[in-house]
Amino acid sequence: MNLSPASITLLQLFAGVFAVLIAASLIGQVLKRRAHSEASRALVDNLNARTNAWWVMVGLLGLVMALGESALIVLFAFISFQALREFVSLTHTRRGDHRALLWSFFFFLPVQYWLIASQWVGLFMILIPVYGFLLLPISAAIGSDTTRFLERAAKVQWGLMICVYCLSHIPALLMLDIADFAGRQLHLVAFLILVVQSSDVFQYVWGKLLGKRKISPNISPSKTLEGLIGGILTSTALGASLFWLTPFNLWQAALIALIINVLGFFGGFVLSAIKRDRGVKDWGWMIEGHGGMLDRVDSLSFAAPVFFHIVRYWWAT
Amino acid sequence: MAFEALAAASLCGFTQLLTGARPIWRQPPMLNEQRVYFANHRSHGDFLTLWASLPAPLRKTTRPVAGADYWLTSRLRRYIGEQVFRSVLIPRSLGRHQPNPIDLMSTALAAGDSLIIFPEGTRNLGDELMPFKSGIYHLAQAFPQVGFVPVWIENLGRVMPKGAFIPVPLLCTLIFGEALQLQAAESKQEFLTRTRQALIDLAPVN
Repeated sequence: MNLSPASITLLQLFAGVFAVLIAASLIGQVLKRRAHSEASRALVDNLNARTNAWWVMVGLLGLVMALGESALIVLFAFISFQALREFVSLTHTRRGDHRALLWSFFFFLPVQYWLIASQWVGLFMILIPVYGFLLLPISAAIGSDTTRFLERAAKVQWGLMICVYCLSHIPALLMLDIADFAGRQLHLVAFLILVVQSSDVFQYVWGKLLGKRKISPNISPSKTLEGLIGGILTSTALGASLFWLTPFNLWQAALIALIINVLGFFGGFVLSAIKRDRGVKDWGWMIEGHGGMLDRVDSLSFAAPVFFHIVRYWWAT
Repeated sequence: MAFEALAAASLCGFTQLLTGARPIWRQPPMLNEQRVYFANHRSHGDFLTLWASLPAPLRKTTRPVAGADYWLTSRLRRYIGEQVFRSVLIPRSLGRHQPNPIDLMSTALAAGDSLIIFPEGTRNLGDELMPFKSGIYHLAQAFPQVGFVPVWIENLGRVMPKGAFIPVPLLCTLIFGEALQLQAAESKQEFLTRTRQALIDLAPVN
């Protein structure tokens, strides 16, 4: 089998991630032996459930990346589908919204990803913010139910923006043409996902180790200032150390990692505010230990569009 | 019978895939107790989703109560309704030559089966739970030893509202409450109010 240099780089990256997962699983087993109280046992069980879910998620992402770009687009279309499902399930819609929801699930979502596959950047960027924005309230109005109309129209649009439009900017990186970087767009996808998701993990770890000052007990009771600073700094350092994966130099990689980490944090924060308002802890129950799909990708949805535009403005030709 | 079991299992699997239905049991399901599950009714898919959410051994002994006018209109529906789900089909309009619905349900309970009923009587398209029909009280009176379990079905009405042809793939939750029984000296109105309130109490706050 002849692997291209780009594939070998990805393979090395995944080998590194799997090595970290092996270490995490071993630490989890040690902690499990040493956990004696009820509370610490529950904490360690949740930690191990999260680690196991990471094995599945990293394995799936690796498999999809090995299959190629189309598979990645399909994977993110599915992630958007599941996230939108969770979002709409938890928000209050009425019978009159049925048509708008059908359009969201069965037209805007697949078309948005089809535009990526067909490299139609212009329409990709305006389909949902312009055409979705105008067409969805029209179809809701045809349902002729005016109760809380603006609120309902806004919710459908918001779900579509977060779960489909924002998340679709991850595979959209495949559309960018970058000088001396041809055929390596998957590396940008890996960089983005790794930096933002590791930031969530590092915030969790630092928070559990040192966390004292709560940032906002009303919104996210487990987020602490120590966890936030430790997590963002660690994953910024990780991002900087991965500069060889990207067209950025060391300092650019560090700065970009910092920006997407901060955005990722606020993504989780904003979506937590919605969950609190709805009186739930998690968006769903699909991923053991993590909650729903949207709980796992909330930070990515805020980070991805900005990352896409930074790369597009300064690097793409 | 084997084919019917297969058809039932695949319909359940399909329903769960489509609705993502997740049951939450406030009181763990009893595998050997006879029950009457009563639920809110907003969609044609309600009884299928409820039935699919029961543990497999319970599904075998639990029969949904459904309107004969809907299930007897075509051969396929009749087959699915009678053979696959073993529904108790009751006439919804009272006529002189129609069998009494309470008698039909009582026969099933007397045979040891559990039932799924929708005491609102018809699909509810409004926001509030409708007043219960008195059938649930007559069943409780005839079978005081049977536990009546309230089941709140969340979201299914939004998946496929009345008049819609294509379902929206939302995630449904079914909340099973604690079993209730008719108390000594409880009047019909008291029982209907209490069971209805028990169902309302299960609904998540919107």
